[in-house]
Amino acid sequence: MAEISHDLADTNGLSELLPPLTGNEAGLEAARCLMCYDAPCTHACPTHIDIPKFIKKISSHNLRGSARTILESNLLGATCARVCPVQELCEGACVLGADHKPIAIGRLQRYAMDFAYAQGLPSFQLAKATGKKVAVIGAGPAGLSCSGELAKRGHSVTLFEKRDLAGGLSTYGIIGLREPIDVALAEVAMLSKLGIKIETRKELGTDFNLPDLHAKFDAVFLSVGLGATTTLGIPGEEQILDGLGYIEESKLDAHNLVIGGNVAVIGAGNTAIDCATIAKRLGASQVTMVYRRSEKEMTAYAHEYDFIKREGVRLLFLTQPVRVHAENGTVKSLECLRMSLGVLDASGRPSPQPVPGSNFLLPVDQIVKATGQEKPRLASLLKLKTDKGFIQVSEEFETSSPGVYAGGDCIRAHGAASTVMAVQDGKLAARSIHERLVAHG
Amino acid sequence: MVDLSINFAGIRSPNPFWLASAPPSNSGLQVHRAFEAGWGGAVWKTIGAPVLNVSNRYGAWHFGGQKMLAINNVELISDRPLEVNLREIREVKRAWPDRAVIVSAMVESKPETWHDIIRRIQDTGADGIELNYGCPHGMSERGMGSAVGQVPEYCEQITRWVMEVAKIPVIVKLTPNISDIVMPARAAVAAGASAISLINTLNSIIGVDLDTLEITPNIGGKGGHGGYAGPAVKPIALNMLAAVGRDPVVGGSKMPISGMGGISDWRDAAQFLLLGASSLQVCTAVMHYGFRIVEDLCDGLSNWMDEKGFARIPDVVGQSLHRVSDFSNFDLSFRAIARIDQKKCIRCNLCYVACNDTAHQCIDLIAKDGTVVRPYSYDVRASGKEDAIRTRPSVQVREEDCVGCRLCYNVCPVEECIQMIEEPSGRPPTTWREISDSQREVTENWEKMKQYRAKMGIHIH
Repeated sequence: MAEISHDLADTNGLSELLPPLTGNEAGLEAARCLMCYDAPCTHACPTHIDIPKFIKKISSHNLRGSARTILESNLLGATCARVCPVQELCEGACVLGADHKPIAIGRLQRYAMDFAYAQGLPSFQLAKATGKKVAVIGAGPAGLSCSGELAKRGHSVTLFEKRDLAGGLSTYGIIGLREPIDVALAEVAMLSKLGIKIETRKELGTDFNLPDLHAKFDAVFLSVGLGATTTLGIPGEEQILDGLGYIEESKLDAHNLVIGGNVAVIGAGNTAIDCATIAKRLGASQVTMVYRRSEKEMTAYAHEYDFIKREGVRLLFLTQPVRVHAENGTVKSLECLRMSLGVLDASGRPSPQPVPGSNFLLPVDQIVKATGQEKPRLASLLKLKTDKGFIQVSEEFETSSPGVYAGGDCIRAHGAASTVMAVQDGKLAARSIHERLVAHG
Repeated sequence: MVDLSINFAGIRSPNPFWLASAPPSNSGLQVHRAFEAGWGGAVWKTIGAPVLNVSNRYGAWHFGGQKMLAINNVELISDRPLEVNLREIREVKRAWPDRAVIVSAMVESKPETWHDIIRRIQDTGADGIELNYGCPHGMSERGMGSAVGQVPEYCEQITRWVMEVAKIPVIVKLTPNISDIVMPARAAVAAGASAISLINTLNSIIGVDLDTLEITPNIGGKGGHGGYAGPAVKPIALNMLAAVGRDPVVGGSKMPISGMGGISDWRDAAQFLLLGASSLQVCTAVMHYGFRIVEDLCDGLSNWMDEKGFARIPDVVGQSLHRVSDFSNFDLSFRAIARIDQKKCIRCNLCYVACNDTAHQCIDLIAKDGTVVRPYSYDVRASGKEDAIRTRPSVQVREEDCVGCRLCYNVCPVEECIQMIEEPSGRPPTTWREISDSQREVTENWEKMKQYRAKMGIHIH
């Protein structure tokens, strides 16, 4: 296991942003919940956690039951309590939202999960061993969720992870102020207690191939996520830091993470916002986000955008980076072009058009890019059918290769990728895999 | 300008709000501060027999984030020496001539002890005396408090002893721990008391500690019933107040009634007045928030009276009493149905589940296209606030099936969202009493009842 340096992350402004609710706060907030029937928050939650049920269990001081209610629908309840865009999901649908304040569902969920992780998790009744084996590739949220749900149904699960640590983006890619790494690793530990064999540093395509899996396993679930940050294709790009790597270092090796004094972050999605936050909180005097479209088209959640503005990060819209200027390996500036919005493009957004001759230099000494990730490379490697570059799956989450299922970001051709969607994919895929394994006797 | 002053059986007070005989009126210092805050009067914490108190006297019931929905206590009458109390009563009264100082008393059930305490109280210059026939704990084990209040003959006898020497108004305080509170009230009338007050506290055990399995509150490993008070007892108090007021003997005697039991704000106060109380006593709300609450008790009551056109407290007293009746006098043809204001509805579905699980199954979930849908009918792959909000069905009452039970109205969290609409039933008004007088067989025989319903067009689902 990799050595994790906690000390800096604990003190450098990247420790968890929201304090835990006190018992009193949780009690009062839980009491405010109306306990809607067929509640819209539960509908809006991709994993359909019975939210009024877990909240009323907080009210009745049945925290063990509350945690179980959450975990029965979502094995990654502790991560989701922290990283879910609740404004778009459960809290956004809360009936109290219109006239009052929605119930702080995310924080109440965290309260129940914190209790469970500190005081002892509810034990799950595992079904009798079926003798069936499933290989899960990729230990991110989709893979963990699928593994846990299959293990609960009595299947033998081996979870392969190419990296040192399991947890996927929860471990490596979510900024510490939203989810400390310990939370992700505790979830992995909880799931491994269900009997899942986790094999790290094992990569499909390198250490083994699909035929190897077919020979040893009755089904395969691919939860491989996406690839590296996309290439901008501009001169000097080798001087630009990868945003996901930037976040990873801030979590695992903050001591050695070099932060510029004047940092440009390219992109305006949620990862870009996390990168800008790190730069700002770890010492950059100025942080500028550079985005080629306008405020209206940015993909970050509204609450994340509000957050970054409050952090004091500057945003340059309609600005396209075209070249990195460096001297002796030191970044001096980012050359940009002004853009204007034109006709709608393939994504349904107005396409940005360069304004000729509008080049200008943005003086910066560090550039980070967070412009989205490449499509899953494995799709073509395994000769799977794709949809817009993502692995194509049926309603049952089965790929074009029989017995091979997939879920999580690698299949997210439609809609926004998120942890909670990945958890639900894993859960639903596990149901399909279970049905297949049981049906095939 | 509204006049809040009262003259209660000869006891004058600038407003109807008195501290009830309880811990808040335990000492001269406290009553002095209460008067500074604006209380119209105070019933001094009961003095009389010698006592010793215990620790962990108060238990409380908290519910739904609200602290002290009710309190219970095993505190006895004043444990301060009699002479100290009497001296402070005298000092307070001298300092506050315009306020009502009433002294609650409880002694052994002997004529001479009662005569003695009454004389000593009168010597202080107090405005009135309240006879504590109510305390349900401790004192009752010694034959005092509710042990007296529960036996109308004892009430009458002791009150007679008191009246033999009383020169100032005497209020008999009644216990609710009795099957019919009218009986001791009649005893007070028979004995010639000046007034009655109600209710004292109810017998209660507040709870059991789930960690230690001890009774709450724990008194050295034991616990037991204590007097229950606070917002939770208000409906019980209102019922007893109305019962006493409606009684031909008690109500007919025009004996003034001091009302108490869970008065927390001016709205509670107004309700006690409307059901016949002409002075009001408060304890638990003061124990929760302090003397300062009297300001809004007066201000709120005054504003409400102003809006309603009531100039004086006596104009309010008993105004709703004639509406209190028995089931047999209710109009069986009166019909109300629930109607949901779709603009105000927040779609929590609490009315739906209440009606469908526990009432009369007459609220439907209606999808956008007008069809009736079942709950939880969304796809497991559906998610997001837009989908949840956009596809959420509306709740609608099937009015022809609504029996007007009013449960949905009560569970609805949105003000004025569900209204009970009066609808003509098409039947002439009639009561159970009228039916049983004119067609007795209908009230005794299911076949006759069926025929009656068919004739009247009464359909029950």
